[in-house]
Amino acid sequence: MEKDSIIETNRVHFYYGKFRALTDISMRFQKHRITALIGPSGCGKSTLLRLLNRMNDLIPEARVEGEVVFEDRDIYGPDVDPVEIRKKIGMVFQKPNPFPKSIFNNITFGPKLSGVAAKADLRNLVEESLRQAVLWDEVKDILDRSAMALSGGQQQRLCIARALAMKPDVLLMDEPTSALDPISTAKIEELVEELKKKYTIIIVTHNMQQAARISDMTGFFYLGRLVEYELTEKIFTNPSVKQTEDYITGRFG
Amino acid sequence: MRRRYFKQSLFFALVTLSAGLLLFSLGGLLVYIFLNGFRAVTWDFLTLPPMDSMTKGGILPAILGTLYLTLGAVAVALPLGIVSAIYLTEYARQGKIVRVIRIGVNCLAGVPSVVFGLFGLGFFVVFLGFGSCILSGALTLGILILPTIIGATEEALKAVPQTFREASLALGVSKWLTIWKVVLPSALPGILTGSILGIGRAAGETAPIMFTAAAFYTAKLPGSIFDEVMALPYHIYVLATAGTFIDQTRPLQYGTVLVLVGLVLGIDLFAIVIRSVVRKKKRW
Repeated sequence: MEKDSIIETNRVHFYYGKFRALTDISMRFQKHRITALIGPSGCGKSTLLRLLNRMNDLIPEARVEGEVVFEDRDIYGPDVDPVEIRKKIGMVFQKPNPFPKSIFNNITFGPKLSGVAAKADLRNLVEESLRQAVLWDEVKDILDRSAMALSGGQQQRLCIARALAMKPDVLLMDEPTSALDPISTAKIEELVEELKKKYTIIIVTHNMQQAARISDMTGFFYLGRLVEYELTEKIFTNPSVKQTEDYITGRFG
Repeated sequence: MRRRYFKQSLFFALVTLSAGLLLFSLGGLLVYIFLNGFRAVTWDFLTLPPMDSMTKGGILPAILGTLYLTLGAVAVALPLGIVSAIYLTEYARQGKIVRVIRIGVNCLAGVPSVVFGLFGLGFFVVFLGFGSCILSGALTLGILILPTIIGATEEALKAVPQTFREASLALGVSKWLTIWKVVLPSALPGILTGSILGIGRAAGETAPIMFTAAAFYTAKLPGSIFDEVMALPYHIYVLATAGTFIDQTRPLQYGTVLVLVGLVLGIDLFAIVIRSVVRKKKRW
């Protein structure tokens, strides 16, 4: 494995029952980079994302072939606990999904259950995570108010802060701005670019401008296959595959 | 055009009529019971045991007996029902076996209550040797309301948004802790609704306790779970059918009915209040 890659998929096939959703995906995700996964609906990009922290385990009849290597071992190996994997590879979802708890308790939920108990530690963690998610100034006086009272964009940043509170190595983002207005979207994009200094980010997006704006690497998926995986600049200026060009110029998808 | 309009008013009238009939019969029943019973319900009636071949005195032992039996039944059925529902919706692989279990639970809900009574007599009273007592009666009633609680809990669990589970699991929280800390608290109002229905049913049933717990007459208040007790539904049955002086016991009968209805409504009201408090705290 190259030194700077953090997750690697080797010849991964993925099935929902009999339906093959991903075919032969081999990809290296680089440390402290933002990798964007793009492609039309149903192309398998979200499936791949959820495969990287074993969220697809929740789907009955789902089956994985091939290996996903993280920290020198196959996360689908028999002795791997998916719970441990998910502590290191966090996830932010398409729709903001805060718990119906206070802002404070949303952030401390994960850390508390994995053993952080001291009140002072939790307080620091809340502030640190909210600052990283650029939400601290907006909510520092209302930490005990319900997270459901926040706006959609604030909720999504709270969800990012909640994921960061687990101090993961990798952050997976599944269309994190598709339910948000343009201003909130801009805030999150800014935030993501800031976060790559400390984390590795893999983001699925429907929005090609977004991929072009924020990512370092871009993978284009079509019908469950990885068509092209390149530096973002190259993909958007000089793609080597015709299908990629057709998609990014808006001829289909 | 006119025909369609006519049809619509006809259906509207029918729907209103049936809703009205329902309210009318419920209201009628309650008013009838109240008018016939309220004179009998005095402080002595609520605090004394029956006297003079049940023609005088009160129904304290029966009130306490019904309370104990109902609480016992809920204590048995609530944990068991919730755990079963968690297994069925969260853990079990949705396949043939789960379907068979579900059909079984639904059939259990349809079994006549006297069958539960006979089962309780055969199993708890005789086979396990508990005798006719609070324990046997509470266990029998517990089994009777188990399907109600399982059904309601399953519905409540299914109504918890999948995104809550995903959010928790994605934070590296185990499945069990996710259920305990996220799913169950969100499902609590629904689970309470199920228990309300269960409580109402347990308090009002006669047949299941008649062979397993209820005494025809005992002035002694129950001291342990192995004591026989009087119970309101069975006491009503006794007053209405088995007394020697039916005419003299009639007012007492209505009074007892009124107390039973009041007790059930009271328990329901209490549970509804708890539920709405919980619901206010868990908005999503």
